[in-house]
Amino acid sequence: MSFINYSSREINCKIVYYGPGLCGKTTNLQYIYNKTNPETKGKLISLSTETDRTLFFDFLPLSLGEIRGFKTRFHLYTVPGQVFYDASRKLILKGVDGMVFVADSQGERMEANIESMENLRTNLAEQGYDLLKVPFVVQYNKRDLPNAVTVEELRKVLNPRNVPDWQAVAPTGVGVFDTLKSVAKLVLTELRKGGQ
Amino acid sequence: MASQLVMYEEEFHRINSVCDRLTKDANAKVVFLVDKNGQLISAAGQTHNIDTTSLASLTAGNVAAMGGLAKLIGENEFPNQYHEGAKDSLYMSLVGGRVVLVVIFDNRTSLGLVRLRIKKSAEELEKIFVTLAARSAATPGAGSPFAEISDADIDNLFSE
Repeated sequence: MSFINYSSREINCKIVYYGPGLCGKTTNLQYIYNKTNPETKGKLISLSTETDRTLFFDFLPLSLGEIRGFKTRFHLYTVPGQVFYDASRKLILKGVDGMVFVADSQGERMEANIESMENLRTNLAEQGYDLLKVPFVVQYNKRDLPNAVTVEELRKVLNPRNVPDWQAVAPTGVGVFDTLKSVAKLVLTELRKGGQ
Repeated sequence: MASQLVMYEEEFHRINSVCDRLTKDANAKVVFLVDKNGQLISAAGQTHNIDTTSLASLTAGNVAAMGGLAKLIGENEFPNQYHEGAKDSLYMSLVGGRVVLVVIFDNRTSLGLVRLRIKKSAEELEKIFVTLAARSAATPGAGSPFAEISDADIDNLFSE
């Protein structure tokens, strides 16, 4: 749910990175944080355990510039990927404007990808959203690993609707900004629809 | 899908003035008004040393987590929360089920005074948000700055 402020001429949108545990959601945000100008970003907040697993969420505010005199800000969130944090995961989806599903390309994580995608659908529905209607992109992460399965295979299972999808190696930044730009564009396009 | 929060000039000024007044009346350091989804709506008082965006997001996370806990024990919500620190303390109050009023204060005031003043301000804010909701409902999407944007406008954001 975006927030449009006519007085301060700002628009804020919320994008959530979803996916199975250790698929690289936090790494995506860390890369974006490291590669953006200090004046366009806020602090990266990570609520994580002592072993650096996300406990509640990561949060990164990002300014993209102006559209028609309105400052455009995106609030990026990740969810905790581990299965047993489901209650927390649901909370982060409240008010979401756009979704990124980060898939782990390794063959042995296919089950986890499918389970997480199913979980996303269920949790979104609980919040009153339909995954078919929310701006949505898919990222196939860890493409550099030797046990990565083919993109065709991942696509068949995780992206039958053929939403925009990207191959990525999050620690080195491959595909990270492509993914962000593509979901941001979808969110803005959706806002335009809402305004007509 | 949940409806969009739209803020208009007139209501924005009214909200800011309620927050300013609350800061003075409660003798607080800072007052914030945050949307339940983590968007900062208004800030008053000594905000210069505070990362307001992070504060808004963490407030929403906290309220969401406490709301989840409340439901687990059969409560609908915990409308008021108080967190006591060594120097500064924090009071959060849900307004109209939609926004959260956050007051940060130190020992120059008292919890009792803060609670009293928050209650009064919350009532005023609730009325303003009712007006705002009615205004948004009456003119859905009207005058949205985004109705007219082109693909080129969107592409320009990503030009570098």
